[in-house]
Amino acid sequence: MTKNKAKHEPLFHVVRRTSMPAWQSISIRALSILAAFLVCCLILLIAYQCDPITFISSLFNGVFGTERRIWLFLYDLAILLGISLALVPAFKMKFWNIGADGQTLIGGLGCVAVMHYLGGVLPDAGVIAISLVVSILAGGIWGLIPAFFKARFKTNETLFTLMMNYIAIQLVSFFINTWVSSGTGVLKPIDTGNLPTIGGNTYLLTIILVAILLVFMSVYLRYSKHGFELSLVGENENTARYAGINVRKVIIRTMLLSGVICGVMGFLMVSGYTHTISTSLVNGRGFTGVIVTWLSGFNPLYMVLTSVLFVFLSRGTSQVITNLGITNSAIQNIVIGIFYFCIIGFEFFIRYQVLFTKNGSKRNSSLVKGLEVKAESKEA
Amino acid sequence: MISFITQAIRLAAAFLFGSTGETIVEKSGHLNLGIPGIMCIGAVGGCLGESIYLGSLSSIDAINPFLAVLIPTLFALVFSALMGVLYSFFTVTLHTNQNITGLTITTFGIGFSSYLIQNIDTSGFSKASACFKTLFPFYSNLGIFGELFLSYGFLTYLALIVAIASYIILKKTRIGMNLRAVGESPATADAAGISVSCYRYSATIIGCAISGLGGLFFIMDFLGGNWEYVVDIIGWLAVALVIFTLWNPLIGIFGSFVFSALYIVSSYVSVPFNVIDIIKMLPYLVTILVLIITSIIGSKKAQAPSSLGNNYFREDR
Repeated sequence: MTKNKAKHEPLFHVVRRTSMPAWQSISIRALSILAAFLVCCLILLIAYQCDPITFISSLFNGVFGTERRIWLFLYDLAILLGISLALVPAFKMKFWNIGADGQTLIGGLGCVAVMHYLGGVLPDAGVIAISLVVSILAGGIWGLIPAFFKARFKTNETLFTLMMNYIAIQLVSFFINTWVSSGTGVLKPIDTGNLPTIGGNTYLLTIILVAILLVFMSVYLRYSKHGFELSLVGENENTARYAGINVRKVIIRTMLLSGVICGVMGFLMVSGYTHTISTSLVNGRGFTGVIVTWLSGFNPLYMVLTSVLFVFLSRGTSQVITNLGITNSAIQNIVIGIFYFCIIGFEFFIRYQVLFTKNGSKRNSSLVKGLEVKAESKEA
Repeated sequence: MISFITQAIRLAAAFLFGSTGETIVEKSGHLNLGIPGIMCIGAVGGCLGESIYLGSLSSIDAINPFLAVLIPTLFALVFSALMGVLYSFFTVTLHTNQNITGLTITTFGIGFSSYLIQNIDTSGFSKASACFKTLFPFYSNLGIFGELFLSYGFLTYLALIVAIASYIILKKTRIGMNLRAVGESPATADAAGISVSCYRYSATIIGCAISGLGGLFFIMDFLGGNWEYVVDIIGWLAVALVIFTLWNPLIGIFGSFVFSALYIVSSYVSVPFNVIDIIKMLPYLVTILVLIITSIIGSKKAQAPSSLGNNYFREDR
């Protein structure tokens, strides 16, 4: 059996692509989204007898049906994009920060705490300023702790940041239970010390600020010295060290930035919209942000597109659920999971190439030719 | 006090299944962050099997304790093994990033399990759960000894057996040695004629199947057949526990007891209800401490497999 195997040629082999025309990679991505759509349609058809046309029309209706829904879509987009932008520098440095949930939540907690203790005591402007500072500090510290240990002792940051999420959740629950003496565990919205609205529109300020953040982050990553240093650390720590970069400093500085932006996002969510806090404030956006960041290859423009897709899906499917009269939101996670699978699965065809073996004797003829050409050129 | 210890030992099985499974997966070089989702799927798969079995009975009193445990266990194994196939197909065959694939499986697993559990008929689960809970009905005659050591269900003892068996297989057999070689240096293993893909596929599938049992145990045994949306948290703690155990399933037996004691301690202390939230932080704080301490000591023997998290592509050598 094994002897036969040695003679037997594999039917195909896989090689890494060096480059690919842009139109090809774009069409592969489009294909992956299409495939995911088809799978989702099929599942809804089987599970809920929901025909594809109803599915797609209620998706669009859920996102763009009314003016309020469009604003909510843009707002959700801004929040997800903001958190993803916070993650980008860390991920470009190959620092697996899956703790954006906790960093954002703790920022929100800082903001709520200031509103709770100082709201009504100080003028609103003072409360806003102090809560912004406290949120920045809280988020920053939450990012700094794992970064310090990673830089100093190479402590595994993936699990560290994950555990920080749960600590943040417990802290929020602790403070809610401390402040709400009735024991309901629900903190009523605090209406003093909130961010002002622009012309009565609650969402616009957040959207504008995230747009500014997008521009800042693109410039920071592409043109600043910091951006260059962190991508060098991400590519190869030793190279970075030989180039005279203080790796520890870069790790700590980048994670501080990441945590601070998360903290600010928490501040924006609480002060600008919810005016209260619950343990599900961030609702897994930190994880979605990780996937957005990764799928976009750290490119801010692609990040916008990917976030649009995922926010579209999550808002759209929640409408689909309401239309079908389903009370549970599980299908939302399933749909999003299927999209992740299809998109990362199709990545394979962008990065690799499958070559089929035509017949045994001519195996790898192109490869052999290539080697011959190389050898000739060397001789010459 | 006795009830605290027995409850802690009971819950430990969930962590032990999770961490033993993840240890096997990590030994092959896969950092599988999908374990939380896989445990959810294992749990819901088992519930599905149980409900199919109960549905086939003429009346709930005709329940056969042996089948009531065996069928869900097999279902849980198959469901979570399928997720292992999915994970290794993505990382081994399609070379996708392991962390991203894992997180995706977790998202999908949480969604899929909460969808399925709401469409499963869970009536009669409390009766079925009783079959899970005790293996030796005579334990109550044996006093404290029986209470401490014999009062658990089939899955608890299975968890112990699996942990010890995987320790022996990993440390003492050729298969285990080959698997460790694949996790440490796949290129070397490949050159030595070990099929890296084959080992990675099988270790991941077996490891995921074992972890899935942890989810089933948590729902059917520990929670008495009532679904709670915390299986994924157990899963995350199990992943963290692997580092605590230094990739050794025998230490895992002790470690999972510690983690489960920390996990349930908040219901055994009498403090104001807001302080309970602080006590609930303990397992996470301890995990962080363990992470820091193991990284500071950094002894050569107790390190993660060197190519943990890296996919192997022969042409990259």
